[in-house]
Amino acid sequence: MTTHHRTIDCLRLLCPMPVIRVQEHVETMAAGDTLTAVCSDPGVLHDIPAWSRINGHQVVATETRDGEYLVTVRVGPGEV
Amino acid sequence: MSKHPKALALISGGLDSLLASKVVQDQGVHVEGINFFTGFCVEGHTHAIRKQDRARPKRNNALWVADQLGIKLHIVDVVDEYKQVVFNPKYGYGAHLNPCLDCKIFMVRKAREWIEQRGFDFVITGEVVGQRPKSQRKHAMPLVQRDAGIDDRLLRPLSARNLPETLPERMGWVDRDKLHGFSGRSRKPQMALAALYGFEDYAQPAGGCCFLTDGNYTVKLTDLWKSRGGRRYELDDIMLLKVGRHIRPAPNFKLIVAREEGEVNFLSGYRRLFPSLKMVSHSGPLALLDGEPTAADIELAARIVGRYSQGRAAPLVELEYATTGGEKSRLRVAPMCADDMPKGWLL
Ligand code: SF4
Repeated sequence: MTTHHRTIDCLRLLCPMPVIRVQEHVETMAAGDTLTAVCSDPGVLHDIPAWSRINGHQVVATETRDGEYLVTVRVGPGEV
Repeated sequence: MSKHPKALALISGGLDSLLASKVVQDQGVHVEGINFFTGFCVEGHTHAIRKQDRARPKRNNALWVADQLGIKLHIVDVVDEYKQVVFNPKYGYGAHLNPCLDCKIFMVRKAREWIEQRGFDFVITGEVVGQRPKSQRKHAMPLVQRDAGIDDRLLRPLSARNLPETLPERMGWVDRDKLHGFSGRSRKPQMALAALYGFEDYAQPAGGCCFLTDGNYTVKLTDLWKSRGGRRYELDDIMLLKVGRHIRPAPNFKLIVAREEGEVNFLSGYRRLFPSLKMVSHSGPLALLDGEPTAADIELAARIVGRYSQGRAAPLVELEYATTGGEKSRLRVAPMCADDMPKGWLL
């Protein structure tokens, strides 16, 4: 199965806007695809994992570099 | 029960919506949550921006509530649609610019549209009769149902026993006897129920859930509208009202001066949208200029920024002015004395 990867720019957005952006993209992606959100609000380190957990997706990587926070989500299998 | 009923709960992040959802969930109803982002929500933005606040843990309360309940949460961006609620509330404003009753109607209407599209059966809110001055008075509650077009598909589990029977009760999806009859301003029944369920560390009950109830904020919002000659805003505008000192020396421009490093970083992100002033000769804040300042205004703005810098006692300070296109120039000015700045300039 081929999976796809997307990167989205959430710089300057404050929570929950990055979560909303992630949600909008995830809705158009298939199970197993991955999405990296590049953010400047450190709140995403908490909020994107929380959103992923309750909606059946998985955070597979988080990275902090030069004031930017990168969170990668793997899309879950759909209806939980 | 002939079917497995599904309910959508309005999750603000406070204790009431947590409890209301839990009461219904415990009766075997499938519950999902919805949270509307209006741009005015109090969601730790100042916290995210100000460095000194970052040591404290920050969380999104609506996500926390959904996590506690183990339910899905849909966060919906309503920034544009919500403007009409702020500009023209049919039922007027509360103590500040908070259009609470219209806001409730708007959110319940959006929730109704959502359930109709997805085959859910009813909507839950954490409203309690008589808890808030305007939107939760007993006579206001039927108004919400009528104007949102939801009628008896709206259940308020915390106050249901004080209110007429609703569809989920009539259909036997929920048992009215297991709902509550809370009313009034006391928070004690909710706290007791929270203790019963073992919920701790919930967001503290507050006066309002958004910045429109905050007088310091709405002064700046009113000023923004006055300066723009009408009630208009973009998301960036209302975000910036939460940050820095806002100083308006004249109707045609204002300055937004960072108060600390976190705000400097945040405002730096806007330097392609607003001209900016940065201290060169001394350490000091970054400021954005909003409006249409003349050359004389820019010099005045530079003197004001100098007043907030380490060079405030120096005869002259140097600043860099940058346009939105990135063109830079230098200015040397005398910092303004604290007493020379009219009090009314600081919003
Ligand atoms: S406080 Fe703000 S978000 Fe809450 S009901 Fe009033 S206007 Fe709406």
